[in-house]
Amino acid sequence: MPKRRPTMHARTATSTAETKAIARPARGRSRRPWLSKRRAPYLFISPFFILFAVFGLFPLLFSVYLSFHRWDPAAGLAAMRFVGLENYLYVLQDDEWFHKSVYNTLWLAVVSGLPQHLVALPLAFFFHRALGRWRNAVVGVYFLPFITSTVAISLVFSSLFSRDFGVVNATLTSLHQVPVLGWLFPEQNIDWGQPGYTKWMIAFVVWWRYVGWNAVLYLSAMQTIPRDLYEAATIDGATPWQQFRWITLPLLKPMIFFAVTLTIIGNLQLFEEPFILTGGTGGIGQAGKTAAMHMYGTAFVDGDFGTASAIAWLLFLLIGAATWANNRLLGQREEGTR
Amino acid sequence: MKRMRLSPQLVGAYAIVAIGALMMLGPFWFMFVFATHTNREILSLPPPLWFGDAFLDNLRQLLTSLPHFWKNVGWSFYIALVSTALNLFFCSLAGFAFALYDFKYRDALFAFVMATMLLPSFVGMIPTALIMSWLEWMNQPRALYVPGAVGALGIFMMRQYIRSAIPKELVDAARIDGCGEFAIYWRIVLPLIGPALGTLGLITFIGSWNNFIGPLIVIRDMEMYTVPLALRSLQGTGQIPWGPISAGSAIAVLPLLVLFMLASRRLIDGLTAGAVKS
Repeated sequence: MPKRRPTMHARTATSTAETKAIARPARGRSRRPWLSKRRAPYLFISPFFILFAVFGLFPLLFSVYLSFHRWDPAAGLAAMRFVGLENYLYVLQDDEWFHKSVYNTLWLAVVSGLPQHLVALPLAFFFHRALGRWRNAVVGVYFLPFITSTVAISLVFSSLFSRDFGVVNATLTSLHQVPVLGWLFPEQNIDWGQPGYTKWMIAFVVWWRYVGWNAVLYLSAMQTIPRDLYEAATIDGATPWQQFRWITLPLLKPMIFFAVTLTIIGNLQLFEEPFILTGGTGGIGQAGKTAAMHMYGTAFVDGDFGTASAIAWLLFLLIGAATWANNRLLGQREEGTR
Repeated sequence: MKRMRLSPQLVGAYAIVAIGALMMLGPFWFMFVFATHTNREILSLPPPLWFGDAFLDNLRQLLTSLPHFWKNVGWSFYIALVSTALNLFFCSLAGFAFALYDFKYRDALFAFVMATMLLPSFVGMIPTALIMSWLEWMNQPRALYVPGAVGALGIFMMRQYIRSAIPKELVDAARIDGCGEFAIYWRIVLPLIGPALGTLGLITFIGSWNNFIGPLIVIRDMEMYTVPLALRSLQGTGQIPWGPISAGSAIAVLPLLVLFMLASRRLIDGLTAGAVKS
């Protein structure tokens, strides 16, 4: 049973230092303590660098190495065979599921990501301006999905989205009865497991999880905008919409850039929600399989670590390209005008 | 700030935000309601909207399909607590060094720490699995709490807080009085940074409790599963036991709800603080 032991191990390095340092203080400054003022900071920051070297940097470098090799892990390290760019070429040219999963990932990133921000911005403005003492409670409600277990809540969503007895279908079909707006809603139950609908279901769950988080980010940025700007605008007769459009939005640009960057990085690595909602399979016709899921499957189901590493780096390039584009779109111009 | 005047648009906005709030809470509501209903009741129209009396039955069924469920809950708690303790200690120690010492390469080292946040974690996922099996850490909780025992974000939070909360003079005075370097940290700094420790503790605990990909890769033995893994293993082919799944999910979400109700403000502020400053 690995109960307490590991903790002790991890701490050995510092604990010797601790005991010595604690033993010293009363003895005065005449003698040089073992843990001098000069050495102490290096010792204090060393755990990070040690752990980073072992569990951060080494895996990254090793993953580059793996991506250039063909290897069956069961056969041991000696069985690794250098294949150059073969893994990358295979993934780019012949791996049909990779193409499909990248398409799914991009689709989900846009369809769940864009509404997150389009809703979160006005929502945050509303939180900021129109909620008095209820603000904390309402903000808390919207924030709650962000901190809950993705697995637990995705399981709940898969029951809500079930075809014949799901709450979602029951709600949608009953909204169909509503006069005037009823035509917007389906008359029949939707089979969310079908390829055409799976992605919408996943996008909704992702939107649900992150819209409150984005609203909170925007709210915190809005709270730094000086009030007199709004007061002056109100005196000049500006409507709330005009204030939002011409005061809040421009001053929020750095935060929009930041929040959109987070969304891009997060959405392109999307794994947990689609994994649970499709039962780990990617759904019928792999309609809900994301690139991260494809990487996981290639490594841990097919046991092909070389190809999976190549997929990981290609996904990383994709994320890099998307953040770069975002930087050009939302970030750069801000710098230019300053 | 003065409230806006009540116009039809504003009433509409209130209505939309209220519907949105219901949408945010709905899944939680149904999770708790379904946890108390039998599968047959859940799979009927209209679906149950209020609590039933089948919770204990569902729990019994859950424990039949997952004989180690309470153990799994225990592991989740254990890993989350150890990981929180390690993070609080190592992050505050490093944050203290970065905030209150002058040392060679300090700024470069700090920039390096910050830059590691940009590295793609998923790329390291595959080699991490290999490293864990070489270390023979597979199926062991340490595989989950050791790699994340100290994080860049935690160091950043601690450094910011210590810089603003503890004057350098205080530390210098302690040193002149003969206080050792670690004692300065342990006896002076640590007692003064309670709020920051609380925030970081919450974030770390919740992150560890919810972690799914980590255990998915390093834990294979059902007895060693964490709660998210255990719940996920209930998904299978055939009739899905929604009642027991909901009961299990409710148990997984309950600690988070409690923490959130106790400290939502601190959690929200802590999570957004880094973003606002940058």
